[in-house]
Amino acid sequence: MTQNDAYISIRNVNKFFGTFQAINDVSIDIHQGEFFSLLGSSGCGKTTLLRMLAGFEMPTSGEIFIDGQPMSMVPPHQRPVNMVFQNYAIFPHLNVRDNIAYGLRKQKLPRVKRDAMVDEMLELIKLPEYGDRKATQLSGGQRQRIALARALILRPKVLLLDEPLGALDKQLREQMQLELRALQKTVGITFVFVTHDQEEALTLSDRIAVMARGRDLQVDTPTRLYESPVNRDVANFIGTMNFFDGKVTGIADGTAGVDVNGLGHVSTTNFGPKLRPGDDVCIAIRPEKLNLTESEPQVAGNKTQGQMDKAAYLGERSHYYVRLNDVSQPVAISAQNRQRAEGTPEEKRPVWISWEDNAFVILENR
Amino acid sequence: MSSQSYIHRPNRPLQVYAAIFLIVLYVPVLFLPLFSFNDSIYVKFPLKGFTTQWYVELFHREPVWAALMNSVKVGVTTSLIATGLGVFAAKAITRYRIPGRGPLVGFIMLPLVVPGIIFGVALLVLLSQMGIPLSLYTVTIGHVIVCLPFAIATMIPRFEGFDPSVEEASADLGENAWWTFWRVTFPIVFPGILASLLLTFTVSFDEFIMAFFLSGSDPTLPMYIWGQLRFPKEFPSILAMASIILLASFILVFIGQWINRDAQSKTLANEEE
Amino acid sequence: MSGESATSTNPGLSNSGSTKPLETGRLSRLLQRSEAARGFSLLSPTLLIMFIGVAVPFGILIVMSFWTQLGFNFDTSLTLANYESFGERAIYGALLKRSLWMSSAATIATVLLCYPMAYFVAFHIHRNKMIWIVLITLPFWTSYLLRVFAWKVVLGYEGVINSALMHLGLIKAPLEFLLYSQSAVVITLAHAWAAFAILPMYVSLEKIDKSLLEAATDLGDGPVRRFFRITLPLSLPGVISASLLIFIPTTGDYITPALLGGPDGAMIGNLIQKQFGAINNWPMGATLSIILMLSIATIALVFMFATNFVRKRIS
Repeated sequence: MTQNDAYISIRNVNKFFGTFQAINDVSIDIHQGEFFSLLGSSGCGKTTLLRMLAGFEMPTSGEIFIDGQPMSMVPPHQRPVNMVFQNYAIFPHLNVRDNIAYGLRKQKLPRVKRDAMVDEMLELIKLPEYGDRKATQLSGGQRQRIALARALILRPKVLLLDEPLGALDKQLREQMQLELRALQKTVGITFVFVTHDQEEALTLSDRIAVMARGRDLQVDTPTRLYESPVNRDVANFIGTMNFFDGKVTGIADGTAGVDVNGLGHVSTTNFGPKLRPGDDVCIAIRPEKLNLTESEPQVAGNKTQGQMDKAAYLGERSHYYVRLNDVSQPVAISAQNRQRAEGTPEEKRPVWISWEDNAFVILENR
Repeated sequence: MSSQSYIHRPNRPLQVYAAIFLIVLYVPVLFLPLFSFNDSIYVKFPLKGFTTQWYVELFHREPVWAALMNSVKVGVTTSLIATGLGVFAAKAITRYRIPGRGPLVGFIMLPLVVPGIIFGVALLVLLSQMGIPLSLYTVTIGHVIVCLPFAIATMIPRFEGFDPSVEEASADLGENAWWTFWRVTFPIVFPGILASLLLTFTVSFDEFIMAFFLSGSDPTLPMYIWGQLRFPKEFPSILAMASIILLASFILVFIGQWINRDAQSKTLANEEE
Repeated sequence: MSGESATSTNPGLSNSGSTKPLETGRLSRLLQRSEAARGFSLLSPTLLIMFIGVAVPFGILIVMSFWTQLGFNFDTSLTLANYESFGERAIYGALLKRSLWMSSAATIATVLLCYPMAYFVAFHIHRNKMIWIVLITLPFWTSYLLRVFAWKVVLGYEGVINSALMHLGLIKAPLEFLLYSQSAVVITLAHAWAAFAILPMYVSLEKIDKSLLEAATDLGDGPVRRFFRITLPLSLPGVISASLLIFIPTTGDYITPALLGGPDGAMIGNLIQKQFGAINNWPMGATLSIILMLSIATIALVFMFATNFVRKRIS
C-alpha cells in the first residue's frame, strides 16, 4: 500500500469553532466510485466534515486532497464536488427547469443543448412534466430529487449528500434509498453520504466511517463493522451488543481462548492483530447469536446456565433478558419467532444460553 | 394552535380602548387636511366653507417648488446610498459570525435612539472644523447616517427569512460571490430593497433636525415649512403642504410595508416554530 | 500509515489531470480561511460611514466642550470653564432637570397608555396582525415636525379643542393651559412616540407561550391574577425597552418645546440649539450636549440596574 490511490484523502484534519473542537485528528481515504457513508449521532462532526469537503468550512489544521489536489485554497465554487443539502436549498425564485440548469450558466451552452440536458435529468429523476412548476409548489420528496438532478447535471466526480432522506416518511425513504443506490451504480460517481441512521448506512454503503465526538472510530465495510467492531462505541452504535470481561488464556492457529466471567471458556477467531495471551479484554456477542433454551443443550461446551429476567414480544422477534452469575447486566438474547411463541419462561426460572464457535468478537479497545 | 381557547375570549373594554386609541392616534394628524380645505386663515371651529385655494396657491409659489426639489434630490440620493450600504451590512450581520457583532450592531443603530439634536450638533461641529461649507450635500450626509439604521432594520428580516444554504448551493454549483449575489441573493431580498428605498426616502424627505443644523442656503421642504411657521397668515398654506406631504409619506410607507409583508410574517412564523 | 504520507507531501507529482488555476493571493487566502474577515469586509463601508458620522463628531464635540468661543473663532486652549459655568448658573441645571422630568412623564404616560394596545394586538387579534402593527406605526413614519404642528393646531388658543368647546357652548373663554405649557409638550411627546413604545411591548407579549397562560388557568388563576403573575413579568423586557426607547430621544427634543412649550415648557434642547444659533457659543452648546448625554446614560443605566434587581427578586 505504498501508492495512495484514494480519490479523496482527508489527512489529520482538525477543526475548532472557537474553543470547541468539532473534528479531532481525522484521517480517512475514500476511493473512486465508492458509496461512502459518514455515520454518527448528532454533534459527532459528520456534517462538519462533509462541509469541509465541499469547501464551506476550512480545516483549522490538516489537509484535504481531492484527485490529488490540495483543497485548502480552493473556494467551494471551484471544487469538483457538488452537494445535496439537508433541506434541499431549492432556489425559491426559480422554477424547476431553471433550478436544475443553474450550474450550467458557466458552460455557456447553446439553449437547445441545455434544454436537452435538463430534459434528460427530469427523466432520470422521474419528474418529466414538472419543468415549469414553481419550485416552492413541490413536496419534500420532489424537491429532494430536483436537488439531486441539479447537482448531477454538472457531472461531478464526487457527490456529497447531507442527510438527504431525513425529512421523508419511512416508506418514501426506503424507496429513495434503493433509487439512490441504483443511481450511484449507474452513474459511477463517488458518493459521500452523511446519516445518523445506522440501518440506512448499512443498506447503502460500500464502506462506512463511524464518527463520535469529532473522531473517526472505525472505517470499514458494513459487514466488518457489524461483526468486528473495534470498540464499545462502534459496537453499540450499530445494533446492540452484550459485553463481558475476560482474560486471554492462549492463542493458537488463529483461534484465541478466553476465560469470560460468568460464561466460562470461549474461543473465537474474531480478534485484532495486537492480541496477546494474558491480555484483559472486553469480549462481546450480538443478541441474535445466542440461543435460549429451558433445558440443557446437548453440547460439550459453549453453554452456561442463568436465570430468566424479562422478555419483550416484538412480533417478528422477541427479546429475552437473562441474568448470569458474575455478570452485572442482564444478557440480551434476540430470537426470531419462527413458530408461534409458545410462551416465555417465567421470571426467575433457570434457563440455558448457548452459542456457536467464533460467535464472539474480542474488541480491540476497551 | 387553538386560537379560540379560553384565553382569547373577547374583552369588550379592551376593544373599546383599542378603538379610542386608534382614533386619538390619527385624529390630530387628520385635522391638518381637514382645515387645509377650510375657507379661513384661522385654524379653528366652526368650519367656514370648502375651498381649494390654499392648494392652488401653493402651485404658484416658486420657493415651494425649489424646496420640494431639494427634498427630492436629497431623498433619492440618501435612499440609494443608505439602501446600498444597508444590503451588505444586513447580509454581514445575519450571515457571518463576526466577533463583537452585538455591540457593532448597537453602534450602527444609535441614530434611532440618541436625541437627533446631538447628532446634528456633532456633525455640524465636525463639518465646520473640517472647513466644509453647509449645503444639500452635508444634509445628505446627515440623512444617510440617520437612515442607515432604518435600511438595515428593514432588510435584516428579509435576510433572516431566507435559507442561507441557498447561497451555499449556488457557490457549490460553481458561482462565485459576485454571481451568487446577483443570481440568488438579490432577487430574493429584492422586496426588502424596494421597501428600504421607499422607507429611507420618506424618512429623509420628512427629516427636519439634521436638515436644520446642516443645510446651507437651499432649504429642504421641512425647513421651508419651519421658516413659514413664523407667519400666522401662512398657516393655511402650511396646512396644505403638510397634508400633501402626509399623504405622500403614508402612501410610500404603506407600499413599502406591503411589498415587504411576507418578510415580516416569515420571521413571525419562524418564531412560532 | 507511514507509507501514505510519503505521497501526500508532494501532490503536484500525482497523476492529476486538472489544471484549474487556484487563487493564492494573500488577501483571498485570508478571506477564504476566516469567516469573520469576510463578514467584516461586507460590513466595513457601513462601519466606516458610521464611524465618520458618529464616533469622530462625538470626539470633536467632547474636545470642543473644553474650548471657548471668541467671536467667530475658538480659543482652543483646554479649559473647564464651560463645565464650571454649568455648575454655577442655576438655570442650566434647572432646565436639565425639567427636561428629564418632562421626558420621564412622557415615557410613563406613553408606556401606560400603549401597553393595553400592545396587549390587545398580541392577544385579541388573530388574523392580519401585521396590518394592525402597520396601522399603528404608520403615523410614525411621517414628518415629526408635522405631527407636532398638528398638536399645535389642536391645542392652540384658537385651536381645535378650544374653538370646538366654545362653539358647543361648553366653555366661555379659551382654556389657557392647553398650549405653551409643560403638559402640552408631554402630551405631544407621548403621542409622537407611541409607535416606539408599542413595538417592543408587542414583540415581548407575542413571544409569551400561550400554554403558560393555559397552565395557570388550569392551576386556578383568574384572569387578573394570571395577568399579574405571568403576563406582566414576562412582558417586562419589552416594557423596559419601550421605556428606554422613548426616554432617551425625548430628553433632547427641541422641536416640540419650541412649537408648543412656551417659556414654561422649554427644554434643554432649545438651549443647546440656541447656543449654535443666536447665542453663538458653540463650546457651551457642546458642553451642554455632553452633559445631556451623560445624564441620559446615567439614568438609563440606573434604570436598567434597578429593573434587573427587581427581576431577580421576582424570579
